[in-house]
Amino acid sequence: MTEFGDIWVYLSASPLAHLTLTLAAFQFGAFIYARGKLNPMLNPVLIAVIIVVTVLLLTGTSYADYFDGAQFVHFLLGPATVALAIPLYRQFDKVRRSALAVIASILTGSATAIISAISIGYLLGGSRDALISLAPKSVTAPVAMGISEQLGGLPSLTAVLVIITGILGAMIGPFVLNLIGVKNWAARGLAMGTASHGIGTARAFQVSELAGAFSGLAMGLNALATAILFPLIWGLFF
Amino acid sequence: MYISANCESLDLGPVKRFVAGMLNYLTLILGCQLAGELAVRAAGVSVPGPVLGMVLLFCFLLARGSIPKHLATTADGLLNHLSLLFVPAGVGVMLHFRLIGNDWLPIGIALIISTVLTIAVTALMMSWLSKGAAGND
Repeated sequence: MTEFGDIWVYLSASPLAHLTLTLAAFQFGAFIYARGKLNPMLNPVLIAVIIVVTVLLLTGTSYADYFDGAQFVHFLLGPATVALAIPLYRQFDKVRRSALAVIASILTGSATAIISAISIGYLLGGSRDALISLAPKSVTAPVAMGISEQLGGLPSLTAVLVIITGILGAMIGPFVLNLIGVKNWAARGLAMGTASHGIGTARAFQVSELAGAFSGLAMGLNALATAILFPLIWGLFF
Repeated sequence: MYISANCESLDLGPVKRFVAGMLNYLTLILGCQLAGELAVRAAGVSVPGPVLGMVLLFCFLLARGSIPKHLATTADGLLNHLSLLFVPAGVGVMLHFRLIGNDWLPIGIALIISTVLTIAVTALMMSWLSKGAAGND
């Protein structure tokens, strides 16, 4: 037992255990997702998160300790965002041909996201802090936190809502798109990226590179659109 | 892409191929991100550094006119596992659930309805506008 204790102390201090846990949990999620023929409800991020949280709670590990190891995976989000330039370039002809439609759709989508979130939250009695933190939920986390803080929201609450929105969009987005009968991959990708940033983009890439490229583009442009639109819309409301 | 000519005499084949391959482009990707982060700090705009880095890399590709083979390999390697990269942040969410606290019902309903609406409106707008434009795809 003491020996096991020693090993445990060693492992919990090294990033290796938490890094391995993250990869293994994701591999399991990806396996279930693939077995389920990429059914969006079997979102691999959600499965991995549930497994990791369960393990952390059972072993009494704090998030800070976990992140010491997991940060190596987290860090790659930056380079991966930069790498979105490659699929975007591959699809550039299609993007250029529909540039005006892309910009108009993202602006409309961005305004829809902000106005619907604020007004539903308001009607259901959400507090002012909650409303501000809620509004930029469709935007990639670093920008959303900045926007929320600027208007007096809670950046940490915003970060939580951004991730939930991402997973939610990746899970229900494909059903919504099938329901309204949109088959065009460019339009499907654009909608996923506008509503659910990187997690929606990851889902879009799994089904079509064209959708992924438009999704990545929408993620970037919606960050810009929300940063500009949200202060204006908030000014109109309150 | 290139390595100085005096390496030719030594048997640096594998090293050269590695440097000329993935490593060069990994450096290029990190360089674009770093330049993006610096530009964001300097200009104080509310766009994340990596998004600006994406724009820089895209301009590089436009100027070059094609995608170097190993850059494509490096980028596809990163993007094939994009979902994985969200797991650490996702785990943070579950432990901060108490932040949502008393507002969980309005927040939950607002999240679901707003996400559905945003997806539907954006997709319908895009497919409507691209049909009207030229009828292409």
